[in-house]
Amino acid sequence: MRSYAKYLAQRLAQCLLVVFIGINLTYAITHATPIDPVEQSIAAVTAFGNTSPEAIGMMRQSLRELYGLTGGPLEQYVNFWRRIAIADFGPSLSAFPTPVSTLIARALPWTIGLLVTATLITWTLGNLLGGLAGYYQDKRSLKIFAVIAIGLHPVPYYIVAFVLLVMFGYLWPLLPIAGGYGMNIEQGFNATFALSVLKHSILPALSLMLIGLGGWFLGMRSLVSNVVSEDYVVYAELAGVDGRRILGSYVMRNALVPQVTGLAMSLGAVFNGAIITEQVFGYPGIGSLLVSAVYAGDYGLVLGVTTISIIGVSAAVLIIDLVYPLLDPRVRVA
Amino acid sequence: MLTTLRDLLRYNAGFRIGAILVGLVATMAGLSFVSPYSPIDTFVVAPDMPPSPAHPFGTTSRGQDVFWHLTFAIRNTLAFGIIVALLSRVLSLMIGLVAGYKGGWVDRVLMSINDTFIVIPLFPILVLFYFVMRDRMSWTALALIMALLGWAYDARLIRSLAMSLKTREFTHTAVFSGMSTREIVVREHLPYVMPIVFSTTMNNMNWSIGLEVTLSVLGFTDINSPTIGGMIYWANQHTAMVAGVWWWIAFPVILIIMLFIGLFLLAVSMNEHIDPRSRLQRMGAGGGA
Repeated sequence: MRSYAKYLAQRLAQCLLVVFIGINLTYAITHATPIDPVEQSIAAVTAFGNTSPEAIGMMRQSLRELYGLTGGPLEQYVNFWRRIAIADFGPSLSAFPTPVSTLIARALPWTIGLLVTATLITWTLGNLLGGLAGYYQDKRSLKIFAVIAIGLHPVPYYIVAFVLLVMFGYLWPLLPIAGGYGMNIEQGFNATFALSVLKHSILPALSLMLIGLGGWFLGMRSLVSNVVSEDYVVYAELAGVDGRRILGSYVMRNALVPQVTGLAMSLGAVFNGAIITEQVFGYPGIGSLLVSAVYAGDYGLVLGVTTISIIGVSAAVLIIDLVYPLLDPRVRVA
Repeated sequence: MLTTLRDLLRYNAGFRIGAILVGLVATMAGLSFVSPYSPIDTFVVAPDMPPSPAHPFGTTSRGQDVFWHLTFAIRNTLAFGIIVALLSRVLSLMIGLVAGYKGGWVDRVLMSINDTFIVIPLFPILVLFYFVMRDRMSWTALALIMALLGWAYDARLIRSLAMSLKTREFTHTAVFSGMSTREIVVREHLPYVMPIVFSTTMNNMNWSIGLEVTLSVLGFTDINSPTIGGMIYWANQHTAMVAGVWWWIAFPVILIIMLFIGLFLLAVSMNEHIDPRSRLQRMGAGGGA
């Protein structure tokens, strides 16, 4: 039990370190700029129309604090952290006066929904097929699948999403290619809305899955093909244990452990992919929010999305770390 | 070195295909040196022409020849990938070798930082970087920051190798003969790590080019120097798909996919070659199962 507590403390510390380094990185980047970002942003906003002087004053104040330009160096740094700790990124410039935190809170469920569903399906399917391919190495269909997986895996998310968009948008208009739900449908908990959301999520989820599948498939296949030659598997085979049982509880169970760690490790990259995919399909998650914020010159929103992404991903990794001991008993007893 | 290459070409179909694909892409990049057009000039040929003998890949709505423009774009994109890969290799080698050899608290500290960089979602950070830099965002600045952010995954791999090298007999001999840590790491361990460094270089190039293409497509880089992502960006700006100018998008996409698959196949087949178990299996000498 004590080792479990130690493990938990270690993972928690790692999670905090990710947040700490990540936020400091954003701080360093915003301070590396050679131009005065505050006046530039304000000039960009006021160019669109007349804004009251008070509003500009408020904006300048919160921008200066966000960019960390008020007070001495230490005060700037503390202020930056304080703003992030209470999730106060000021009002959004592009959707004035809605607070940035409200915009992010509205977009976050879409991203989480898409990401969690796509990742779970990809991971399960990839490992299952990879396990089968590693165990039955002469199966024709699995070999063909391996070729497809190798072909799709290295292509970046944007390109795959883009090709799907062209295919289903221009060549074979079958699925909706933009938005999170039908334009004419009211948001609410009913079947029509749910169905519309589901239909709109197929293409974004598909492009995430097409890329992700290959990685898990190839990883699991090589892990399994290493485990099959272990003595205990040979022994089980000689003892006449049912082949499916060997694959399920002897081979896959053991090979799955590094794949769980792999999932935690790859979450940041998958998140990158998800927000790029969202942008391609105009999915109303934080990826689209981030890109439109850059186009609109909305600093508070860009910073908000960046920090929320860092905190969100490290929290998700922590959750996987906490589940990990259930699968690998060595962490609990050793 | 040369025999390795010959073996790989002879026994590994994946390596053969990868080498052909990367070779084609590299040839394309090399052709940029004999291009009749300058990469930044627009409206040098009739716009929106479909592929024809005079313009094998057609022309863009900006009056550029897609084929020759593509040669410049792929050259810049390749150069970007190579520079990021080389710079980040230096970092991952240093950190991986030192962490693996030193062990103890040095290892723990370095690996915590390492895991942090693996987990952090880089795309929003790169977007923030562009947002702050704006017009000063240059090709070199992006390459530098990507190199600074992209070493972590491979450092972990190199560390695990260095850890196993540390327990080998010759390391003890080196220690007893009075070699310093730096000498042992550089002279004794580095040569063993080099093969894996080659294969990680390919993967790292895929990673950095993938991010660069994505950022350029969104217009988050210096969009005036020709790159593959930049070409797609301009094609999107001119709504090429709606206008029916499909060749403006199709050829860059096909070329970049060729590069990605080629590099990936090279990396995978090199890894297989390094791992003696799978090499024997492939050559049909051993491995039952």
